[in-house]
Amino acid sequence: MSDFLAALGRVPPLLAQHVLLSAAALLLGIAISLPLAILAARRPHAGRVILGIASLIQTVPSLALLALFYPLLLWLSALVGGGIPALGFLPSLIALTLYALLPIIRNGVAGLTGIDPAVQQAAKAVGMTPAQALRLVEAPLVAPVLIAGIRTAAVWTIGAATLSTTVGQPSLGDMIFAGLQTQNWALVLAGCAAAAALALGVDALIGLIERGIARRRRWLWLGATLALLAGLAAATAPMWRSDDGNVVTIGAKNFSEQYILARLIGYRLTRAGYRVRYRDGLGSAVIYGALTSGAIDVYVDYAGTLWTGPMRRRDVPAPATMVRAIGDWTRASSGVASLGPLGFENAYAFAMRGDDAARRGIASLADLVAAAPDLRLASDLEFLERPEWAAVRRAYPLRFAKTTPYTPTFMYRALASGEADVISAFSSDGRIAAEHLRVLADPRHAIPSYDALLLVAPRRAGDAAFTAALAPLVGRIPVTAMREANYQVDRDTAKRTPEQAADWLARRLALPAPR
Amino acid sequence: MPAKSLRFDAVTKRFGATLAVDHVTLMIEAGQFVALVGASGSGKSTLLQTINRLIEPSEGRVLIDDVDVAAGPAPALRRRIGYVFQGIGLFPHLTVAENIAIGPRIAGLPAADVPALLEMVALPPALAERMPDALSGGQRQRVAIARAIAPGAKLLLLDEAFGALDPVTRDALGGEIRRLHAQLGLTTILVTHDMAEALLLADRILVMAAGRIVADATPAELLAGGGGAAAQALVAVPREQAERLRAIAGAAA
Repeated sequence: MSDFLAALGRVPPLLAQHVLLSAAALLLGIAISLPLAILAARRPHAGRVILGIASLIQTVPSLALLALFYPLLLWLSALVGGGIPALGFLPSLIALTLYALLPIIRNGVAGLTGIDPAVQQAAKAVGMTPAQALRLVEAPLVAPVLIAGIRTAAVWTIGAATLSTTVGQPSLGDMIFAGLQTQNWALVLAGCAAAAALALGVDALIGLIERGIARRRRWLWLGATLALLAGLAAATAPMWRSDDGNVVTIGAKNFSEQYILARLIGYRLTRAGYRVRYRDGLGSAVIYGALTSGAIDVYVDYAGTLWTGPMRRRDVPAPATMVRAIGDWTRASSGVASLGPLGFENAYAFAMRGDDAARRGIASLADLVAAAPDLRLASDLEFLERPEWAAVRRAYPLRFAKTTPYTPTFMYRALASGEADVISAFSSDGRIAAEHLRVLADPRHAIPSYDALLLVAPRRAGDAAFTAALAPLVGRIPVTAMREANYQVDRDTAKRTPEQAADWLARRLALPAPR
Repeated sequence: MPAKSLRFDAVTKRFGATLAVDHVTLMIEAGQFVALVGASGSGKSTLLQTINRLIEPSEGRVLIDDVDVAAGPAPALRRRIGYVFQGIGLFPHLTVAENIAIGPRIAGLPAADVPALLEMVALPPALAERMPDALSGGQRQRVAIARAIAPGAKLLLLDEAFGALDPVTRDALGGEIRRLHAQLGLTTILVTHDMAEALLLADRILVMAAGRIVADATPAELLAGGGGAAAQALVAVPREQAERLRAIAGAAA
């Protein structure tokens, strides 16, 4: 219970972002939907096209819709010479706005076409201009139906806004995604409860406005509208505090090690006098883009990920050569500074249950080739799409009986429970040792090295105080320490939060105490 | 304000290949009460609606006091013409008083005298704050008439206005329209398929068939056997009904 209350403490700033994003998307959605609904009701041909497009958008899963705008905005930004942010608020706003269109347009059209033709004839006959008929007759008659549509859109938008976390927009989804990843159920529950309470509250208030208008009770709908506005103001209050732009945003991908390292970085910067905030749960594909664009200021990435991802390299040089080449490339291509390797590696590594590997006589990926057709592979969510998997298959013709992607936590569960025989593990994962897993060797060197690198955004690269605060981390973290810290968060019993694990890691590394 | 004279000048309306109104030329003097009678599809409602431009003629002109109705914007024209139709079309979200006052309100005229208008259509003042769905059919149509005359219209168009009402209400409302016609000095055009109603209310009866005016006579002329075959066929129905009723009454006595 105390965990849950502590988790609720993280709600206010995220709720503020969540409410602002949802409200902006809903208002924009209304502004776009109303003229479209009028057009659709007046011109049936245009109406079919408009409703068709809105329905089509609705069939795209919301997560995919959000993700779609990242490449789209990148391309658009490149087209106009840069300046359009591809991550964060803008793509979230566009996706959620599109999502809000259908219920509003559909109800608007239903309301307009449902008006008694005699009433419309009378409006004309008494001498109303089309604008007067819209304002005095059609709008009041459509309002209850239209507001029901806005209500639906509001609930959808608030729900889908939790997914904006994945494109780097803070929302209550931050808590849900981080909690799922670290199995911090209190955090998940707090995030879900906050999002649900927000949706229910907004639903109830818009419901009151709807009823007030339908029953011609002015005080009811005016009161509910005022309550809604007051709620909006109160929820976004945490954002009103002056944001002097000197707040450092620390990025993290969606697994425990990243959360822990982000906190460790945060402690260093806080000590140096910076104010920090965290952007957790960014996808591997978008986080480097977020750094180059300045959406985040610093994060930890892995040599091989950059090598095969943004650098599109296929060769596998020696680790030191690779780290140097990456540093040169980031500086030259976007001004990002690599402060250097932290000292440990987190490589993709194929792992099996130790007893199972011994029984089957499998010690390396080469041994796995013959056995693979009888085995099931569990991977993390992105591995099967990553170039490393392609590189591994070029070197070792692996054909598994079945491959299933999981979130990392459930991937380990699948291996332990026997639902899978091989997993795409991470070499710094504490669970490898704790669960007696056998990491398979890579005799043909298909997988590049994954030294953890500390990367700094262009606008912070020249900040001597900033880089000096982080310099003690470089070369300081042995893999054993990282594994232990990761395991504290990932294990099933006596779990710690990433903050606690970061505290522990700081002490273990003999860095000054964070607080 | 004097009553309005009305002139149709070769008015024609086509809906695709169908000729709904076929070159109608007609003069209606100010202050007349004219009934436009015909079967369904004879073009009588279409002709009526060319006056307030709910329908624009394909050819020809309609002139009110010698001014072409197409000369200005349609909403301004309609604000000067009362129009009451079978569908009634009261605004369901407005009170009776707001419905009656809508014409002057949208035209930017001084506010309508709702109690006086309610009295004119024989409705109690207490109805003013009711919503339309709380009224009977006859009451609704009376409100619609009050709404039509509220902006001071001198030309009143009744488009099957009594068609959906029960016979008792219909008769009472007919009498009141006739009284309003005299009291306000209106020019009134009543579209109906009921020849008995036309004979009882109008000064002049026009019979329409297939988009043309086929008879133009006073009620007295029609009852005397004038006006031509088409008109007489319509007059025959109520006359025969009256004779049969008289025969039944005679047999009973």
